[in-house]
Amino acid sequence: MKFKKMIFAMLIAGFAAPAAMADLFVPWLAYRTGPYSPGGIPVADGFSDYMTLLNERDGGIGGEMIVVEECETAYNTQKGVECYEATKGKGALVYSPLSTGITYQLIPKATADGIPIHSMGYGRTAAADGTVFSHVFNFPAHYWDGASIAVNHILDLNEGDIKGKKIVLVYHNSAYGKEPIATLELLADKYEYELMLVPVDHPGQEQKAQWLQIRREKPDYILMWGWGVMNSVAINEAANIRFPMENFIGVWWSGSEADVLPAADRSNGYKALAINRLGVDYPAMDDMKKYVLDAGLAAGNGDQVGTVLYMRGVYGALLITEAIRVAQKMHGVTDITPEMMRDGLENLVITEELMTELGFPNFGPSFAVTCENHGGEGIGYVQQWNAKDQEWTIISEAIQSEKEIIDKQIADASAAYAEENNIQRRCL
Amino acid sequence: MLEQLLFGIEVALNGLMTGVLYALVALGFVLIFKASGVFNYAQGVMALFAALTLVGFQNGQIPFAHLINAVLGTNVHHFGWHLPALLSVVMALASMVLLAVIVERLMLKYLINQEPVILFMATIGLAYFLEGFGDMMWGSEVKKLDIGLPVGPSDSIESFTYDLFGYGFFIDRLDIVAAIVAALLVVTLTVFSQYSKIGRALRAVADDHQAALSVGISLRFIWVVVWSIAGFVALVAGIMWGAKSGVQFSLSLIALKALPVLMLGGFTSIPGAIVGGLIIGVGEKLFDFLLGPIIGGATENWFAYVLALLFLVFRPQGLFGERIIERV
Repeated sequence: MKFKKMIFAMLIAGFAAPAAMADLFVPWLAYRTGPYSPGGIPVADGFSDYMTLLNERDGGIGGEMIVVEECETAYNTQKGVECYEATKGKGALVYSPLSTGITYQLIPKATADGIPIHSMGYGRTAAADGTVFSHVFNFPAHYWDGASIAVNHILDLNEGDIKGKKIVLVYHNSAYGKEPIATLELLADKYEYELMLVPVDHPGQEQKAQWLQIRREKPDYILMWGWGVMNSVAINEAANIRFPMENFIGVWWSGSEADVLPAADRSNGYKALAINRLGVDYPAMDDMKKYVLDAGLAAGNGDQVGTVLYMRGVYGALLITEAIRVAQKMHGVTDITPEMMRDGLENLVITEELMTELGFPNFGPSFAVTCENHGGEGIGYVQQWNAKDQEWTIISEAIQSEKEIIDKQIADASAAYAEENNIQRRCL
Repeated sequence: MLEQLLFGIEVALNGLMTGVLYALVALGFVLIFKASGVFNYAQGVMALFAALTLVGFQNGQIPFAHLINAVLGTNVHHFGWHLPALLSVVMALASMVLLAVIVERLMLKYLINQEPVILFMATIGLAYFLEGFGDMMWGSEVKKLDIGLPVGPSDSIESFTYDLFGYGFFIDRLDIVAAIVAALLVVTLTVFSQYSKIGRALRAVADDHQAALSVGISLRFIWVVVWSIAGFVALVAGIMWGAKSGVQFSLSLIALKALPVLMLGGFTSIPGAIVGGLIIGVGEKLFDFLLGPIIGGATENWFAYVLALLFLVFRPQGLFGERIIERV
């Protein structure tokens, strides 16, 4: 009986105690299952492996070990909120929901709980306004930047004149897919191109009606805001209607190996945006091989290393860990709190010198986060798929989004949000 | 105006082709329901599992490689061979038969004479198990399916219709193959079900388990047969859909497209699955073409269910379903 009581007490203690009060606890809302798992797995692997690298090579950050706890959401918003509720009490420093839908739900909750959110390269886009969204950060670029970067690339291809051109946006019919519409409409007014919107319902396995319509309209360019199976089906259908792949440009979530491989050679030349450069030819990735992959400590089975989404996961982890360093330095403690982490994110400065020091020279853009600007500089690249060599290559220099248009858009959207939610502006 | 009409016809033709693909999935449901009165919730996942197994065999993937590597500390992934497509299809089919035997041995034999809802719940469990098992066995990354099926538009149809109407119709060659395969399947299954001894036994089992047992029909054997055939249909559906999108988890969601087809065509009719699929395919495409631009598009997912619900109001057993007669 005594033994039973002891076991029971141990179990209760185990469940009730915070997982890692002395460590840097970073929950990860993963989706390794479900229809979007081919995208969720490599990002999660890259994120976890970089954290493991810092633990193994450097002994954590400032002597504090990083603990990454994955919670499976299957890209389901409700499960994402449940994961947040289940992990926030364990001392969560920051959340990366990897889903615009989950991010929308978490913004008011996390803000009330004082826990920051880093929605890198996804919505809610208006959260780039730090005066309204105190705890949300979407640097280094967001969807409105993405829309503008894509249009700027098309402008570059047409010597700055796209008047009368027809551009189609094929988008996931969700909060995520609808994000670029307003920006593209504003840019259509400015550059006088014709914009056509073609929504695709979840999951996007069947898109025949949409592509017949596109075939008939004969657009000059197609932009895509897709995710999961929608991407590969769209690329396949574009090839079916013999649309020139070099005029088909996806956002950074529509440009992974999984998106182009099913269409085989027919996807050759397809383009996508990128928020960081590609490949594993970086000194830090040599360390990754030595300390994580060869040591058998990888989060996955290692087959995702170097893929577009794996490297994005690495980049996301790098930005978060650098923010942790900033927070530790600002507050003079290593065991930081979520509010300190928020300060770290808000004062993060990424320079080329720092990236080189971290072993990732020329991997991502330089930018500085401020109290007002949580969205970064809005710089992106264009990558193109080479089906013969089975690899993505960055084909553009860094492209800057049109800040004067986007900043106004952000100001309007965040003002509406502030009014709706009765939020007092900060940073004044 | 004429161009609009021709485009409408093109949309309808493509709807018919898509309908055939929906019908392929629905067929698997009908077969099992017809023979055992079970609504097999796992049919979509079976299509995924069959396609995963096919690609796995073809590419020489080592099953459970992740698990083996994690437990034994090895680094094995492939046998190093690339099998011919036909051999891979045969091996995948054999795997689906083996799955049918295992399902019967470990699940169905304990559920003889249980209420249909109990059997239905068991298939929900099977679906979740197969999802995880397939992932563990073959990995969850997107896989390219290439067994030599033609892809891309049919040039001959395009040029023929262009010469005729001045408007070239787009028809995917893969859809044409799917239509031919579906037609062959329906004919074969209808003949098998109506005229073969096993086919008649299937129908007897569907009517009454106990009565079938009393006349010497082996219920367990019949279940293995019917789940094997459903596995074969799942493999065909998995190949056709997988060739379009690659083999990935989303394949299991094609079952959602089969539900309105079943409501419309009836749960017990093989021709009903085909006709239901065609009506849903054409209906959703034409609706999106005619009203999509006005109401913002992306109507395909919900329109199929609305159409099926309308049919339910006027004909609950579906177009070809058996009339429900309850004697009190």
